[in-house]
Amino acid sequence: MGSYVPSTREERREMLRAIGLEDYRDLYKDVPQEMYLDRPLNLPEGMSELEVSRAMKDMANKNRVFSTVLRGAGAYDHYIPSVVKYIPAKEEFLTAYTPYQAEMSQGVLQSIFEYQTMICALTGMDVSNASVYDGATAAAEAAAMCRDRKRRVTLISAAAHPDTINTVRTYCYGTNDQLRIIPAKDGKTDMDALKEMLTEDVASFYVQQPNFYGQFEDAEAMAELVHQAGAMYIMGCNPIALAIIKTPAECGADIAVGEGQPLGMPLSYGGPYLGYMATTTKHMRKLPGRIVGETVDAKGDRAFVLSLQAREQHIRREKASSNICSNQALCALTAGVYMASMGPEGMAEAARQSMAKAHYLASGLCAIPGVSLKYSGEYFHEFVTLMPKADEVLAALADADILGGLPVEGGILWCATEKVSKDVLDKVISIVKEVLS
Amino acid sequence: MKLIFEKSVKGRGSSILGKCDVEYAALPEALARTQAPALPEISETDLSRHYTELCHNVHGVNCGFYPLGSCTMKYNPRIDEEIAALPGFTAVHPLAPADTTAGCREVLDKAGEYLCEVTGMDGMTFQPAAGAHGEFTGILLIKKYHDSRGEAHRNKIIVPDSAHGTNPATAAMCGYQVVNIPSAPNGCVDLEALKAVLGDDTAGLMLTNPNTVGIFDENILEITRLVHEAGGLCYYDGANLNAIMGAVRPGDMGFDCIHMNLHKTFATPHGGGGPGAGAVGCKAHLKEFLPTSALMEGEGALQMRSFAGNFLVVVKALAYIMTLGREGIPEASANAVLNANYLMRRIQGTFEPAFDRICMHEFVLDLSEFKKRTGVSALDVAKSLIDYGMHPPTMYFPLIVHEALMLEPTETESRETLDWAADIFRKLYELAETDPEYMHNAPHSAYIARPDEVRAARTPILRYTAE
Repeated sequence: MGSYVPSTREERREMLRAIGLEDYRDLYKDVPQEMYLDRPLNLPEGMSELEVSRAMKDMANKNRVFSTVLRGAGAYDHYIPSVVKYIPAKEEFLTAYTPYQAEMSQGVLQSIFEYQTMICALTGMDVSNASVYDGATAAAEAAAMCRDRKRRVTLISAAAHPDTINTVRTYCYGTNDQLRIIPAKDGKTDMDALKEMLTEDVASFYVQQPNFYGQFEDAEAMAELVHQAGAMYIMGCNPIALAIIKTPAECGADIAVGEGQPLGMPLSYGGPYLGYMATTTKHMRKLPGRIVGETVDAKGDRAFVLSLQAREQHIRREKASSNICSNQALCALTAGVYMASMGPEGMAEAARQSMAKAHYLASGLCAIPGVSLKYSGEYFHEFVTLMPKADEVLAALADADILGGLPVEGGILWCATEKVSKDVLDKVISIVKEVLS
Repeated sequence: MKLIFEKSVKGRGSSILGKCDVEYAALPEALARTQAPALPEISETDLSRHYTELCHNVHGVNCGFYPLGSCTMKYNPRIDEEIAALPGFTAVHPLAPADTTAGCREVLDKAGEYLCEVTGMDGMTFQPAAGAHGEFTGILLIKKYHDSRGEAHRNKIIVPDSAHGTNPATAAMCGYQVVNIPSAPNGCVDLEALKAVLGDDTAGLMLTNPNTVGIFDENILEITRLVHEAGGLCYYDGANLNAIMGAVRPGDMGFDCIHMNLHKTFATPHGGGGPGAGAVGCKAHLKEFLPTSALMEGEGALQMRSFAGNFLVVVKALAYIMTLGREGIPEASANAVLNANYLMRRIQGTFEPAFDRICMHEFVLDLSEFKKRTGVSALDVAKSLIDYGMHPPTMYFPLIVHEALMLEPTETESRETLDWAADIFRKLYELAETDPEYMHNAPHSAYIARPDEVRAARTPILRYTAE
């Protein structure tokens, strides 16, 4: 049996005696006998470190790790610089609590302040929070920020990530508010439908850029429509794309959110990731979650603290706009180290190369008879193809140690990043050609 | 210390990516951003040293004693980190075909099965990303349940005034009216106050047991029975689960659903504020409402976030549970309770516990008399502890005790550490008589002196801007 209790049996007996008790059962004397668990838990015997390490490795080995991943759909396989793995593993960062005691947490606080600054740089917005759980909850929290007494309805594009739509739906269900879905046309938000559905009771509209199908949305034109209708505009942007595409601020967004996983976090079967969230100065005090601010200490030196706490649940209780009381601090640290390591040019290069590889793959695939792009618009690093024998194609790729695109609505949603070499892409194209010939 | 932006020099950087081996795709000008983002340009040497310097100004539980009440700061085993970093877990795409992710499923299934046994529940989800997110999930389960029975008129959630602030905030996020009930003087539920508010409109009760002052509510079966009789359901806030594992189970106390903080009770690191994991367990009658991922399993009753949750955190928690096993899990709780009682008795005689009785895994000191006499506040004592390399206890919580300091030593501290901590409390108790001024100005040896929080709120500076 493994244990992390340092005291020996003898010490424990002495400690019990020191507090005037005979045995452990006395510690639980307030627990009524009728519900006291009078049997051992039905769990396996404990294990030594070596045994548990072996057992967990066996589990890990039951998963298949592909040498190439051409699947995205919300989780992206970018290259992670080595330094990004080591810094967040430092035990000081890893094993600290939320930085309530600023005097003992300046390192965490400063790293978050720097992360907030980088998110503002990337999005062009004025204020970022310290991060929330993931991109989907960031979208849901943003929608909640926009609702007031008169405007309760949330609009979301059907071309957003299905998990985002479903999460926003759940949050709306909580507060008994309506979610309406703007249909998609040719893989993009239907602008006519948006115009029609922007009624007086609409609080906000959420669009994903690039969207679930990889397509670029006409984000600026949407901003105009949404603002004309008196609603707020939320953009959910891929942070790697943001190194080169128009910022949410330039597009006219009131709130910018997104899935931060591409900023140095491994795929990890879906988590932990982080949701970034930024807004304009005007809406700053409605932003949920932790925010770090700069101030001075009693000696007049620069210091960082958790700030604007009057927004939060421990002060406002049921009047708080959200119950969130943590952030994904270690993931925010990871994202900060990633952005600093890549720098503006490195991030832009990751974006350009991802886009280049996706376009190379798409044109190679579409040169094969029977394969075509499902949608006609400009795209970033994801695209949908129509092709026969999709199952066979994916199986043949898997045999070559390649995880192919995700089957969606009659097509395949592919993703390429800077990690994939031209040689591998050529191999993918020839495998697909062979299956379809 | 300097910000990373103040160390940035134009043109510096690391050589991470090579040349692109295919032709670039043209980004239409109308879609392109006009200016590159103002991210730092920094060499890898400077980058590495910058963050190393930052980490020297952070205190983690693996660095020293951290008796932060209600946060269960127990040692975070290194082996669990090593396991969670295995490529067999980190390199798995959440949407990879099911026949290639059997190991991930096994992790979730095993962790679910073990946690159901520890808590007396029938079903488990790992989608919630944190404790507050788990609370939200639990109360939505209750809401779905009432809706499914045509009882959507039940619109009130009962919360004792000793509860954590997330409880009422969660109920509000679920569209419920919050009914606060006063606690009995010992922080336990006042049965009469509870009876007075129960009725046809009761959706449920949110409760933690042991409660926020570290006392086990011995009327718990009566409480859950009363709520059920009124047609409501009972939600267990698992913040204090570390006190009772293997001794008593929330399911056996009559609770219908529960959230756990894997980052407290199951030793996964807090990471400076996250990522955690707020696993939610429920009884059979709520299982059909457990959340799903639209892309992984298809649309279900609820979805709390994308994909399957903070999977790697579950990996660490599972490794921890498998290490401790059948005997180790109850041993951890029993020693958490023993350590808390031992430390409380060692401190007693100077600072006094708010309740002079056996506590569970944590206890509250009431410094109101002490402050009246010396002028030294709970805050001053907390800040003074920093000079000794001890993280302060939770301050001014729960709200029902004035000048409260709440200590939770956890089971992973040795007797020497507890003796050392008690001696420091004793020293500070004496210092307050002789030199209160010194304590008003503590800490003296930390990286910063006390920060001006009012200024931070009044004139918010929330990002760096170049002069």
